[in-house]
Amino acid sequence: MSIRIEHLSYVYSSGTVFEQHALKDINLELPDGQFIGIIGHTGSGKSTLIQHLNGLLKATSGTIYYNDENIYAEGYNMKQLRSKVGLVFQYPEYQLFETDVFTDVCFGPKNLGLEQEEIERRAKDALKLVGLGEEYYKVSPFDLSGGQKRRAAIAGILAMEPEVLVLDEPTAGLDPRGRDEILDQVARLHKERKITVVLVSHSMEDVARYVERIIVMNKGKVMYDDAPRRVFRHYKELEAVGLAAPQEVYLMHELAELGWDVDTDAATAEEAAVSIAKCL
Amino acid sequence: MLREITLGQYYPTDSVIHKLDPRVKLAGTLVFIISLFAFGSIEAYVVATIFLAAVIRTSKVPFRFMIKGLKAIIMLLMITVIFNLFLVQGTVVVKFWVFQITQEGIKTAVSMAIRLIYLIIGSSVMTLTTTPNDLTDGLEKALSPLKKLHAPIHEISMMMSIALRFIPILLEETDKIMKAQQARGADFESGNLLQKAKNMIPLLVPLFISAFRRANDLAMAMEARGYHGGEGRTKMRPLVYKSRDKAGYLILLGYFVIMFAVSRFSVLETLLFGVLGW
Repeated sequence: MSIRIEHLSYVYSSGTVFEQHALKDINLELPDGQFIGIIGHTGSGKSTLIQHLNGLLKATSGTIYYNDENIYAEGYNMKQLRSKVGLVFQYPEYQLFETDVFTDVCFGPKNLGLEQEEIERRAKDALKLVGLGEEYYKVSPFDLSGGQKRRAAIAGILAMEPEVLVLDEPTAGLDPRGRDEILDQVARLHKERKITVVLVSHSMEDVARYVERIIVMNKGKVMYDDAPRRVFRHYKELEAVGLAAPQEVYLMHELAELGWDVDTDAATAEEAAVSIAKCL
Repeated sequence: MLREITLGQYYPTDSVIHKLDPRVKLAGTLVFIISLFAFGSIEAYVVATIFLAAVIRTSKVPFRFMIKGLKAIIMLLMITVIFNLFLVQGTVVVKFWVFQITQEGIKTAVSMAIRLIYLIIGSSVMTLTTTPNDLTDGLEKALSPLKKLHAPIHEISMMMSIALRFIPILLEETDKIMKAQQARGADFESGNLLQKAKNMIPLLVPLFISAFRRANDLAMAMEARGYHGGEGRTKMRPLVYKSRDKAGYLILLGYFVIMFAVSRFSVLETLLFGVLGW
């Protein structure tokens, strides 16, 4: 169970004056159960890349294998792929349309052609996962708060019980508390369900705390693909492409320059704290 | 993909026609269309052709963009020609079974075809060389005398430019929502007409909500910047006639006078029909 991307390229508006190479020769392997962060500046191709993962965009060239099956092969079941690779778009709350939260969450599993009982079980599970209790089932999705709307929308994807969950900037426009809530829930989901999670973001801080692997995109290419601490060693290069390492990385490097014997690879606040405490 | 559809077919280059005041182009298109339908002699069509060709040439817009608009009316064109060809009564030229083609039928069919084609090409010249915003500006200014009759000219043109501005935004939004629902297993392609219409609900509801939200935001932003309608509102780039615009009007007048004059002749028609032996 993995996604393998080979020599993927994508060109927008091919053959016109507006032609734009969004992705250039991407090679990636996303194995099962990993928690992966994709980071890149606006226009780096990260959103384009993830739309390929469930076949919403078709690559100009290159292939994608899901569980060793070519998804561009004739007769490949795209609908099934979309249920296996759940994609949560940016501002997913704008896709809510039903009269109440529960029916809206049922939309995904219903499209899979499941039994009514199974649909409801999945919807209930999904809503529980995102922390929306039964008191919200019959509420109109448009009466929820911003953070609740987003969680309801994410539940809509979770109800399809995907094996891979891809989230495009799930925290955009949320306050710090809403952001932490959503990211914590995603992390818990990853731990409990053992599903692969791909988190797209432009905030290093968000990502560093949760993921075990970071893919840095720049101008349609993969710039770095490594564990967070090893990616952050290139903090100067990251800055050059409009990104920044988490504040802790800067702190640790400055301390090291002052002659402290700290771990400059510390990628999270906790790691940094431990390392500093050791020196004191 | 929806995003690749371009609306408002403005073709950006640098030509005299592009630089003309939109009012001149509006008047020009109007005069051209009137002249097409008012004068029907072959001489008049020759003059109209020369005029149109000259305008297209100076506009520097490739000819294939001009004829793009014709695709939309090809059915209408065929029907018009066929009906006129077979149903107009007069001197019979060819006859087979119940069908008959008359001299008058051929005449009207050909002239209707020419009129329709020129009408589309003529208005294409205007939309290809004028940005939608300039067009509404021009329309507002040209219609401003009607304000005295309390017609809400400014409001109408403001609505027009906002509508035009929002077309690409809403298209992009449609594309996004469509993909988001497809990610939830929605199917917009298969099924019969009723099924398809029903499948559009997950797309249309969020789209309408988003349109209302945007309208609300825009109204708020306009209010916050002190917008209070057209009363006393000035423009950053007011439309002022330059010498080339005056020249444009003169050329237009000249064209109309020539059209009027040549429509009196029917030398070419007599000649042509003489050759054909009618």
